[in-house]
Amino acid sequence: MQRIGVFVCHCGTNIAATVDVKKVVDVISKEPGVVHAEDYQYMCSETGQQKVIDAIQNEHLTGVVICSCSPRMHEGTFRKAAEKAGLNPYQLEIANIREQCSWIHKDMEEATEKAVILARAAVAKVMLDTPLTPGESRVVKRALVIGGGIAGIQTALDIADAGYEVDIVEKTPSIGGRMSQLDKTFPTLDCSSCILTPRMGEVNAHEKINIYTYSEVESVGGFVGDFKVDIRKKARYVDMDKCTGCGLCQEKCPSKKNLSEFNRGLSNRTAIYTPFAQAVPNVPVIDTANCIHFKTGKCGICSKVCAAGAVNYDQKDEVITREYGAIVVATGFDTISLDKFDEYYYNQSKDVITSLEMERLMNAAGPTGGKVVRLSNGEHPKDIVFIQCVGSRDVTCRGKSYCSKICCMYTAKQAMLVRDHYPDVNVHVFYIDVRTPGKNFDEFYRRAVEEFDVDYIKGQVGKVSEAPNGRLLVQGSDLLDNRQIKMEADLVVLATAIEPSKDARKLATMLTASMDTNDFFTEAHAKLRPVESPTAGVFLSGVCQGPKDIPETVAQAGAAAVKVVGLLAKDKLTTNPCTAESNPLFCNGCASCEKVCPYGAISYEDRQVNDHGIRETRHVAVVNGALCHGCGACTVACPSGAMDLKGFSNRQILAEVDAICR
Amino acid sequence: MKIATSDEIRAIAGVDTRKCMKCGKCSASCPAYNEMDIRPHQFVSYVQNGDVEALMNSKSIWKCLSCFACVERCPRDVKPAKLIEAVRLSVIRQRGENYLSPDEIPALLDDETPQQLLMSAFRKYRK
Repeated sequence: MQRIGVFVCHCGTNIAATVDVKKVVDVISKEPGVVHAEDYQYMCSETGQQKVIDAIQNEHLTGVVICSCSPRMHEGTFRKAAEKAGLNPYQLEIANIREQCSWIHKDMEEATEKAVILARAAVAKVMLDTPLTPGESRVVKRALVIGGGIAGIQTALDIADAGYEVDIVEKTPSIGGRMSQLDKTFPTLDCSSCILTPRMGEVNAHEKINIYTYSEVESVGGFVGDFKVDIRKKARYVDMDKCTGCGLCQEKCPSKKNLSEFNRGLSNRTAIYTPFAQAVPNVPVIDTANCIHFKTGKCGICSKVCAAGAVNYDQKDEVITREYGAIVVATGFDTISLDKFDEYYYNQSKDVITSLEMERLMNAAGPTGGKVVRLSNGEHPKDIVFIQCVGSRDVTCRGKSYCSKICCMYTAKQAMLVRDHYPDVNVHVFYIDVRTPGKNFDEFYRRAVEEFDVDYIKGQVGKVSEAPNGRLLVQGSDLLDNRQIKMEADLVVLATAIEPSKDARKLATMLTASMDTNDFFTEAHAKLRPVESPTAGVFLSGVCQGPKDIPETVAQAGAAAVKVVGLLAKDKLTTNPCTAESNPLFCNGCASCEKVCPYGAISYEDRQVNDHGIRETRHVAVVNGALCHGCGACTVACPSGAMDLKGFSNRQILAEVDAICR
Repeated sequence: MKIATSDEIRAIAGVDTRKCMKCGKCSASCPAYNEMDIRPHQFVSYVQNGDVEALMNSKSIWKCLSCFACVERCPRDVKPAKLIEAVRLSVIRQRGENYLSPDEIPALLDDETPQQLLMSAFRKYRK
């Protein structure tokens, strides 16, 4: 015979102001099986929990129902209390009479009636609860960081410094990411590579960090604490162990006219190349599409000049499988394509460039040695126009609806630096709003205006075209003066919207990590769990989660690292016992459940069954409890009623429905 | 002249003026800008603020080339040219002889005329 105790919480006035808690206690105490019912102001308080413990022990309760807030809030709290009192924690149910009742109703009579019904449903469910025991799974003490930009570098360093092994997988030939392409950083104007390269060196030298550059994640299996990841190490055609990084191969390579990705196509590189001088590792790769040897079978100069004998044309892609306890996504961003924005003349004129190209142009190691020139003819510019919000805050199919966040500041920075290096150049900035929240940010922007005489114009540019004299003609709005401006310029810099890396969605699918409509990874909770993905064991670092600048990225990278360390520090993980279970006697082997399972937790096996004395081998579903998240999709898909979810059995759910409809 | 309401203008144009973020790209794109007394971006805020009378009396409605550059380039999908057209229509309709009655439609049907044209003509000129 079941002995159920029901506890009704006032939650101050949160519940009690709308629900007549005394009446709920009165009605529910008359339910069959309920032997104890009481109300209290704050059930979650120490005193409230003690009431539950006392009742379990004194009244020998076999099940407990707490009528309170959402189970997301305090289910754990009350389950711990029940366990303390000697009751299996899974024989406690929560009736949510706050979020789903008192907060959404105004009429007390109605709300009270609903609260009673919810309590009654919970009683019906707890009657059928069975004791459940969580399992345990192991924790592999190694983390994988996907992406070798500043986000990935910082996360890896922080995890490694805590004593755990970290692998970084970076798809390009070198770590460093976008930050290595930048010239100066706002608002302090320190040189980007000067602060980044020591970090790159540190990662390279760290005994706990292993870097796979020119590599990509190919598949991800397993679950939190125990992921299995296939990593494709693309063939470099240069032996990492033999190469000394002397650079002779690059000097001698005759295929010199290939666009440099690192310089955003503003300069050329050889077919055997390292993306930039401070590349880590300092080992080149061969771009087979442009290598004469790979195209014609001839040449072979790099191999001949390499004193270390490191060039190996026969190298093949290699796929390695590694195990990890945690995975950090740090895949970063790119600028959007401007193909749909013909009004800015980007594809038509060399003198219209993106802000990232401007960074390369201003960088001393860039294609012009840091000289800002018109790219069409190499001449010194007289007028430079910056256009903000190119593709950002654009709800049409052309752009991105969000604010890219970093553009206002880097535009102010670039404008200021141009004025500083070339006081004879006039600089105009077309803006919609100037958004500069952040420490010393607005002061920085105002310096551009007040000290460096940058001309900020409130309005957008409608059209950039070529003037008869070969210069650019910029037509824009000046909304404050209510006039249309037509001005000539030598260089136009577009503050191009940023978007998550193209490969991010493919990766999200592999990780079963959710994304928003803009392909930014979704965090587990927007406020309280900002660096965790809703998928257990997957963490987020940097712009893959949303636009952010370098300090924010580094802060988030550190936060993600702490979460990873918190996970890796555990020896065992407790698994949720509310998992699916298939009854082999009912299973007809249709595989509907296998198809709907989002976690790959269901497989089919040949099992010996005893069906009313008939022994035979059947092809039936088997659930891997460690992989199952308890979503219940399979229980709905199963046509023969074989699949059931522990803690949420079909019988329990129907009993709840019956109780509600009674 | 009967003055149309903002709601009528918005309904005819099919435009939500609240979407405007005041970037001025419409006016930046407009080739007839210098001919206009009230500029394309102002059309949006005038309608939003309920001052349709000024728009109906403006010469801008006769200067708009309907090139739709503002519609094409607006990052917020506000379609200023459609607002200008809507104001222009509410002036034209009151000049008489511009109405289309359902009885006239069968005579206008032929294989060449897209049905959509008749539909939109009827929508615009029905009263």
